[in-house]
Amino acid sequence: MVTTSKVAMNYISQLCCCLIKVEEKESGMAAGHLTKVLFSVKHSGLQSRLFGTAAVAQTDQVENDSTALGNKILTQPLNHPDYFRLSELFSLKDLFEARVHLGHKRGCRHRLMEPYLFGCRLEQDIIDLDQTVEHLQQALNFTAHVAYRGGVILFISRRRQFCHLVEKMAQECGEYAHTRYWQGGLLTNAPVLYGPGVRLPDLIVFISTLNNVFQQHVAIQDAAKMNIPTVGVVDSNCNPSLITYPIPGNDDTPSSVELYCKLFKMTINRAKDKRRQMDLLQSLATPNL
Amino acid sequence: MFMLPPLLTASFHPKAEPCGLNRLGFLGVSNGYPPSNSGVPLFSPLLLGGARRQSQRPVPAPSAPLIQSPPSFDCLFRQCSFLFSQSHLDTVSASLLMPATPLIPRTPRTLPCPCSQPPVGGSMLSIPSAGSQGRGADISRACAHLLGRQICTSSALPQKNLAAAGPEKFTEEFIKKQIEEFKIGKRHLANMMGEDPENFTQEDIDRSIAYLFPSGLFDKRARPLMKHPDEIFPKQKAVQWGEDGRPFHFLFYTGKQAYFSLMHETFGKLLAVEKHQDRLRSKGLPTQDPKQLSLTGSRWLQKEELEELLVEAISDHDYSRFLQLMERLLALPCCSVEEEFILKFRRQLDVQSSKQVIQELQHDEKGVAFASAEGRRKSSKATAVVRDIASMKILVNGVDYLNYFPVVQDRQQLLFPLQFLGRLGRHSLECSVSGGGHSAQAGALRLAISRALLSFVSESEREEMRQAGLLTSDPRVKERKKPGQEGARRKFAWVKR
Repeated sequence: MVTTSKVAMNYISQLCCCLIKVEEKESGMAAGHLTKVLFSVKHSGLQSRLFGTAAVAQTDQVENDSTALGNKILTQPLNHPDYFRLSELFSLKDLFEARVHLGHKRGCRHRLMEPYLFGCRLEQDIIDLDQTVEHLQQALNFTAHVAYRGGVILFISRRRQFCHLVEKMAQECGEYAHTRYWQGGLLTNAPVLYGPGVRLPDLIVFISTLNNVFQQHVAIQDAAKMNIPTVGVVDSNCNPSLITYPIPGNDDTPSSVELYCKLFKMTINRAKDKRRQMDLLQSLATPNL
Repeated sequence: MFMLPPLLTASFHPKAEPCGLNRLGFLGVSNGYPPSNSGVPLFSPLLLGGARRQSQRPVPAPSAPLIQSPPSFDCLFRQCSFLFSQSHLDTVSASLLMPATPLIPRTPRTLPCPCSQPPVGGSMLSIPSAGSQGRGADISRACAHLLGRQICTSSALPQKNLAAAGPEKFTEEFIKKQIEEFKIGKRHLANMMGEDPENFTQEDIDRSIAYLFPSGLFDKRARPLMKHPDEIFPKQKAVQWGEDGRPFHFLFYTGKQAYFSLMHETFGKLLAVEKHQDRLRSKGLPTQDPKQLSLTGSRWLQKEELEELLVEAISDHDYSRFLQLMERLLALPCCSVEEEFILKFRRQLDVQSSKQVIQELQHDEKGVAFASAEGRRKSSKATAVVRDIASMKILVNGVDYLNYFPVVQDRQQLLFPLQFLGRLGRHSLECSVSGGGHSAQAGALRLAISRALLSFVSESEREEMRQAGLLTSDPRVKERKKPGQEGARRKFAWVKR
């Protein structure tokens, strides 16, 4: 899966640049450090996103121990394919028992979901769980990396049945949820609605990509407009095209939704615990001078 | 060769027109404009001037039109050709730049351009002559510059909607500075007035300001005032996120975090009650709780009260949804488990009868209890003194009621309170009444007698009197005559021609 890892690297590097920029404001390092990271990651199209980086001259920097270590905290997880060992959180059997493989009827099938389907039995589509496992692995890995870097994760689901569950899960892992009516400009007109200087979510996770009238949720295209990566559980009647990390699976059964919530919560908690651990190690390794 | 930019056709788009005109409502383009020779209001000078005006600053009051004479359509075309032809790009005036703005009414903002300084009227913009560099580079730079400027000053750009920005926002430091200045100023004022700076209260401040700055203005709010900044500046909502930008509340991104967190909490309680019920049922215990929630005499919170509780604006739909959820919670048999949560959203209904001002019973020299009260109806005023003597003496203005009120209806009105309470023979009345006609006087007397009788009567009977309508003053007065009509309602005779 070379392409997906490359895409992942691009997104992660993009996030890493933005988040380093946020952290640098606190540490007070000049843009020199930023350019160093940029050159090390070898992105191509990110100059347009970060203002003024193209014009910044490369100053000689003194290799500071703390920055090297800080750098290491953020880049070390990127070198492992499964740094947070998320593959041990679930197995194909768990997915099967949670009825993740059950899709909708043949008539509801979305054309773009055909590659993800295993087949059709008695007019009901069956989702290929081998693909689901891979996609779920990728999605959870990405979520973990975002949570590791202190990113804002927003959970969206418009199913009334699971609204309370999703909100509770978001509250427990310290992230955010939106399971209510989506007002028009929440992402695209954020400074007006929330106030100037608001921080938008760094990742949006869709537990169900459809809204109450079985149309694609507006947040999917809004997130694409605002360059926010999305993770979403796509059922056999959903459109997976705009979602960055689709997870083909059932989004209607309570057991499957509870499984997803459990997995996301465990992923985020793991990643945050790991980050706290690394920060603690750093603070122990470099005592205050 | 004069090149008609394809963008010009876009200007004829019907949608492009109202966009600019709406923004310039205050310039009143509709009367007499557009001039007859140009069929296109989009090229009207007022639009152009207004487009130039609309920058980051607040819109100033409408003054004289910025461009005096309307250029004709041909003239404008010539100016456009002026811009795009190669020979005249050396010096271009800003006023000539402006006609180009309506050409691209709908261009998205692609080029970064500094919009902080609005273009000054009549300034000459010079572009360096072509001799120094290549013609192509010069033109492309000029075009880019022009396009940049055009995009900045296009009237179709989404300008900052000043009305939608809401009330002016003040930063924390600004308010703190104002508070410091107020404290220092208070001490100065006390010194000026020769009073003790330590014990200078707000009343003293008001008095001193009224003394030092006497104002004859009628509106109290227009007079000079010196108050603590917290009272002057409106309360700002505290910033909802921390240093790193992460919001504090987990439902921040919904926009209505307080309301939705209340809904979330209520639903959580509902689930908890259902779970409790399931457990009881599984154990075989009866689910009907012996302790029933008593909700008589209380009402749900009103929408305004809920808004106050949540410190957030709520729509009617949201409020009705909240009430639905609470009713659903109440419908469960074991809801008394969450009694205190529910009672937080109920308000006691105050008993109406307790609002009556009841006269105390007085006693005259002979030890006879009496009570007096007043009543009004239409333009009559009446006073009644009800004594506890078991005689049927009823005097109105010194005259027996039979002679004062020859009409039976008026006498019935007078005696109805006593009849209702069954105390017809037990009291004597001494009344005085003035103003109005006989019916109004009777009504006023009835109200006065009922109010006087309140002191003699028990609580439950008071409630009965209130429900019978004896204690309600009749608000009906004569409706005024309206112009164009014969009376209050009667119209003049309708004539076909």
